Amino acid sequence: MTHVLKIEDLHVAVGDKEILRGVNLTINHGETHALMGPNGSGKSTLGLAIMGHPGYEVTGGAITLDGRDVLAMEPDERARAGIFMAFQRPMAIPGVKMADFLRHATTNVRRPERKEGEELIPMREFRKELKEKMEHLRMDSEFARRYVNDGFSGGEMKRAEILQLAMLQPKFAVLDETDSGLDADAVRLASESIADIGHQKMGLLIITHHDKLLEHNPPDFTHVMLGGRLVETGGKELADELHRHGYDRIRKAYPEAEAANQEMLAEESAAV
Amino acid sequence: MTQTIANSFDAAGFEALLATHSEPDWMTSLRREAFEHAQAMAWPERRHEEWIRTDIRMFQLGKYHVPAERPQLDAATIAGAHQLLEGVNPAGRVETVDSFVTAESLEPELAEKGVVFGSLSKLAQSHPDLVRPHLFTAFDPDHDKFAALHAAFMTGGQFLYVPRGVVIDRPLHIGSIMTDGGTDTTHTLVVLEEGAEATVLHESNSLDPNGGGLHLGSVELVQKPGSHLRYVNLQEWGHKTYHFAQQKAVVDRDSTLQWTIAAMGSILSKVNQTVDLVGPGADCQVNGVMFTEGRQHLAYHTQQHHRAPNCHSDFLYKAAQQDKSRTVWRGMIKVDPKAQKTDGYQRNDNLVLSRSARADSIPGLEIEADDVRCTHGSTTAKVDEEQIFYARCRGFTRKEATRMIVVGFFQQIFDRITIESVREALGAAIARQVREYE
Repeated sequence: MTHVLKIEDLHVAVGDKEILRGVNLTINHGETHALMGPNGSGKSTLGLAIMGHPGYEVTGGAITLDGRDVLAMEPDERARAGIFMAFQRPMAIPGVKMADFLRHATTNVRRPERKEGEELIPMREFRKELKEKMEHLRMDSEFARRYVNDGFSGGEMKRAEILQLAMLQPKFAVLDETDSGLDADAVRLASESIADIGHQKMGLLIITHHDKLLEHNPPDFTHVMLGGRLVETGGKELADELHRHGYDRIRKAYPEAEAANQEMLAEESAAV
Repeated sequence: MTQTIANSFDAAGFEALLATHSEPDWMTSLRREAFEHAQAMAWPERRHEEWIRTDIRMFQLGKYHVPAERPQLDAATIAGAHQLLEGVNPAGRVETVDSFVTAESLEPELAEKGVVFGSLSKLAQSHPDLVRPHLFTAFDPDHDKFAALHAAFMTGGQFLYVPRGVVIDRPLHIGSIMTDGGTDTTHTLVVLEEGAEATVLHESNSLDPNGGGLHLGSVELVQKPGSHLRYVNLQEWGHKTYHFAQQKAVVDRDSTLQWTIAAMGSILSKVNQTVDLVGPGADCQVNGVMFTEGRQHLAYHTQQHHRAPNCHSDFLYKAAQQDKSRTVWRGMIKVDPKAQKTDGYQRNDNLVLSRSARADSIPGLEIEADDVRCTHGSTTAKVDEEQIFYARCRGFTRKEATRMIVVGFFQQIFDRITIESVREALGAAIARQVREYE
């Protein structure tokens, strides 16, 4: 059976502000989807709503994984069900080593029925796997002994997120601007790593502004988000067009969505 | 056990104590003076800066008795109460139950080198030349009424003397145990002569984790030039026990002190922890952990007093509060006019884990020299919901995520502790105390 992540007419609000206004998206296992769109259009919101962030209230619509109601699940249940997000700004957890964090996470995700306090994956077995994955991603072994994202550079944080993707092997992964803040070489490395770990092995939703991350992950579908809706869907050629020419054509073609986007941006800057 | 004597902390109780103690006259005079001062002193005023956050109206001295009789406990019960001996082969041990020394030992080869370790009250008689010049040199019996009462009624206790140039590479162990309703008035005196080195693991446990009792205590650490001391205090008195203590180190030229305090027990603690840096080049690192629950109230007042130039002090206290508990940390870096080139640091971080818990953090500086570098910091935070969400997205339940964040919070202290058994005992103590948070 092919796994399917299905998003239907999803409406999401933060406080009393509606951000997503009816998103429809179906991702089959093995497909790569690029999600593009100008700032403030709601791309990250979609990722956070898929993971179940408590600050993002789903006011309508549905998310299902193989028919199971994802919205009824707690965030950790979603992770254990095989949904992953690489954060744009991952949180630091001082005092907790990457290796210990990942060992616990990997155990929980691989054994979804594990109860709190039950044994973790044996240390030796885990270390061996982690070492292999890190070597494969060309990461220094010192990384595993550092505290989770604590004092990491932007590039290190993104690499750490990719390492987690590699260890957790989810069915579906949202990669939220895993290229932002990286230099050209680092983006190329990230693109290769993601392709290696996930291309055609997971359902990928890649949120990006740049074409470099897609270099090794040619999207089967490209979606454009504007004003909290997916206004256009195409193939790889749509991503290429947007990279070359920007969003002017889209903004003109969907004036209503563009107006909503401007409104959301204005509210965002007013809130700051 | 039949309680034949039950003396109170009053004149009759004091005379009864003198009648049963055989000790040198000079020690009795110290006691008498302290008792007279205690009688003349009032209880601390509520508005006094040191007590304004610590309400002792529920404390009644009359409920407790002067240690008078050695409790009869079997060895296994006593051994089971210790936490810091796991994987440690101590070079010497002093064990007390309700102040009375129940066991003492020291490696013969150390005794041959002149090391003295054992019951303070006994050694005051046999080695007055070593005890008398140092006793009450760091501790001030006139600090307040609790200090004076301690000096008047101290019983049993521990004394460590390490002669010039002697290095003890295995830890020495001090285990203080209290029975439910018991009293501990032990006085700990540690003297390191020039170039001496030692590690002391000192733990205070109640047999009943919820036991009541009273600790009126003091720790004095006296370090001569070029000496090196690692001192660990694990305080896990029963959760109905009152804990009043004066703890002070006097550190001379080119000496180093690493002092770790883990405060988990008692219903109410009021502790003054002071390090005086009295010779150039003296260095101290103090690590404090407080973790409270229920209605515990732990107040630790620290002072790093730079009395000589070119000294370094580094105090880090981390505290987490659960339920309706409260911690008070009040820190002071004091720099005397002549203490130029002082490098002083103090920091207190708090992690407040429930809405009804509270953390008071009051850093302070009193600097009278002009060429110094003193920094201080204090943070008080709740567990960050974004951190929890991030961990949950990696498969952690909310409880697992919170537990991980709390343990991680204390890790910075663990990273500074160089003794493995201490790291492990502390980690276990914290893990035991971590609640299942919702």
